[in-house]
Amino acid sequence: MIANFMAWIEKRLPLMDAMNKHAAQYPAPKNFNFWYVFGILASVVLVNQILTGIWLTMSYEPTGEGAFASIEYIMRDVDYGWLLRYMHSTGASAFFIVVYMHMFRGMMYGSYQKPRELLWIFGMLIFLVLMAEAFMGYLLPWGNMSYWGAQVIISLFGAIPIIGDDLTLWIRGDYVISGATLNRFFALHVIAMPLVLVILVFLHILALHEVGSNNPEGTDIKKKKGSIKPEELSKFTFHKQYSEKYDIVDAIPFHPYYTVKDLVAVVIFLIVFCWVLFFAPEGGGYFIEAPNFEPANNLKTPEHIVPVWYFGPFFTILRVVPDKLLGMITMFAAIGVLFALPWFDRGTVKSLRFRSKAHMINLTQFVICFVALGVLGTMAGTELTNFIGRIATLGYFGFFVAIWFYSKNEKTKPVPERVSG
Amino acid sequence: MNKFIRAFTFGIFALVPMLTLASSGGVHLDKAGNDLTDKESLKRGFESYINYCLGCHQLQYQRYGRTFADLGISDADGVANFMYTGEKVGDHITNTMPAKEAAKWFGSAPPDLTLEARLRSPDWIYTYLRSFYVDPSRPFGVNNTVFKDVGMPHVLQGLQGIRTMDEHGKLSEATGGSMTVEEYDAFARDLANFLEYTAEPSKLERQAMGYWVIGFLFIFLIFAYLLKVEYWKDVH
Repeated sequence: MIANFMAWIEKRLPLMDAMNKHAAQYPAPKNFNFWYVFGILASVVLVNQILTGIWLTMSYEPTGEGAFASIEYIMRDVDYGWLLRYMHSTGASAFFIVVYMHMFRGMMYGSYQKPRELLWIFGMLIFLVLMAEAFMGYLLPWGNMSYWGAQVIISLFGAIPIIGDDLTLWIRGDYVISGATLNRFFALHVIAMPLVLVILVFLHILALHEVGSNNPEGTDIKKKKGSIKPEELSKFTFHKQYSEKYDIVDAIPFHPYYTVKDLVAVVIFLIVFCWVLFFAPEGGGYFIEAPNFEPANNLKTPEHIVPVWYFGPFFTILRVVPDKLLGMITMFAAIGVLFALPWFDRGTVKSLRFRSKAHMINLTQFVICFVALGVLGTMAGTELTNFIGRIATLGYFGFFVAIWFYSKNEKTKPVPERVSG
Repeated sequence: MNKFIRAFTFGIFALVPMLTLASSGGVHLDKAGNDLTDKESLKRGFESYINYCLGCHQLQYQRYGRTFADLGISDADGVANFMYTGEKVGDHITNTMPAKEAAKWFGSAPPDLTLEARLRSPDWIYTYLRSFYVDPSRPFGVNNTVFKDVGMPHVLQGLQGIRTMDEHGKLSEATGGSMTVEEYDAFARDLANFLEYTAEPSKLERQAMGYWVIGFLFIFLIFAYLLKVEYWKDVH
């Protein structure tokens, strides 16, 4: 009876087939390490944000007059409202932590290289939309830092010649940040951006499964059909989509092997997440900034207007360029070069493990510069921070310039044919 | 290479604590040493707040009833001793000072203090209340070392007395108040404690729940790990 019903469904919508293709019979390299858990963690956080967001929306009031008070209403009068709110606010920071780690993994093991360029671009689009989503979400509590942060960032568009002023007016819907801005940001934050985000995540995973997962060694687990002796083939059954085209080696089905492994990672992540959530929800003043406990006030500027920590690197790049328009261009270029990374890197060896010393030094300096930019972005700007920030900005862009030069004729180590671990 | 990655990961995590060193305000703050679990202190703070602060500073996000429940005050007792102007138990703790007029009187309207302890900190409140000194150049004759040129008069002068500042910027002992220095410090501590409570009434509940949740996750981690090991026997 149930079998018949399932067959009836399957004929009309191949659900089981899709499950097999993307989970139970999806070939994943058997040597994923620590760095490979952040994609799953990002999905966990995404689900957390969507679910808590829905419940927060039920009690939140998107008006200039009522927004701040409605947050305090959620914190006090809604049953477990404080829990929902902290899950959402902590989730925002956690999202960026796991996404930055996920991106770094991609850079370290060359997961953006051919044939995964489009996969990388979908990932970058997710990152871009995530930043827009976070920026708009940060205005919604209508605290004073929400207000002034948005004021500063939106006013940037005013630096664009000719259309600048009209553009900022169009974005804000008013001459200053106001209830009108709050309302449209609310609409974009709760429906437009999440919808785009979910679609992009879907495409990101589809694109991943089309080209297959990379691994810490950057070796290919899909070999030419007929090139592998039958006894060396992976002993597991994979979906015919993969196994008819290739001989698959060193792979295991994503489910159950990686689902149970990722479950361990998810629990460890949740322990850290819950520790922040229950014992330090303000994240030391970085996840919820102190000036945001005061309602938006257009006559009172916070002492230092700095964006939330996850915008730090890009904010610093903006700030250290003396000219406003050039600063904005440089900031967007910083994201643009990441998009183009698959073409800056002309190498064919993927993993850091088999690439040149030059690449390791370059990647290391990039990370140091990125972290430095992030730290500086949370501090008030001074001569000294601007000076360090400029050096770090050079290092950031220098990574892309350098890789373009050395990757063409890079001295690499031989990549093993097969996964060694 | 693995060694490199390990060193590298460590480096990233070592940098994070630097972030927390990056910000701290200029003024030295005394430690309030308040204790949210001390209900008697919270009750005294609540009472002082009603008597000395509420006339100007609302707690517009905090309700009387919630405060009674959390501080262990019965509604009847609360209505009789903490509510003077005919509000209902479910009402927010507000006053009737007109904000526009108040801005004229003080330079700016006295802010709502529900979240003051999170906007600044309990230590800040504790230190601020104890840092008024004579300054004839100010409209109310007093200034404050923690909040320079504050618009607020020293309404607690009758309790603390008044302090003067010498040429080195040091404040003298307070003189002329009805409380000793220790009594006044305790008074300020109770107020700071109460305001830490109003800033986040669910704080103790949050922390208590946290132990259970994280405890559960640790137990779950054991089983999740065993499950992983069991499945991965096929792979190795």
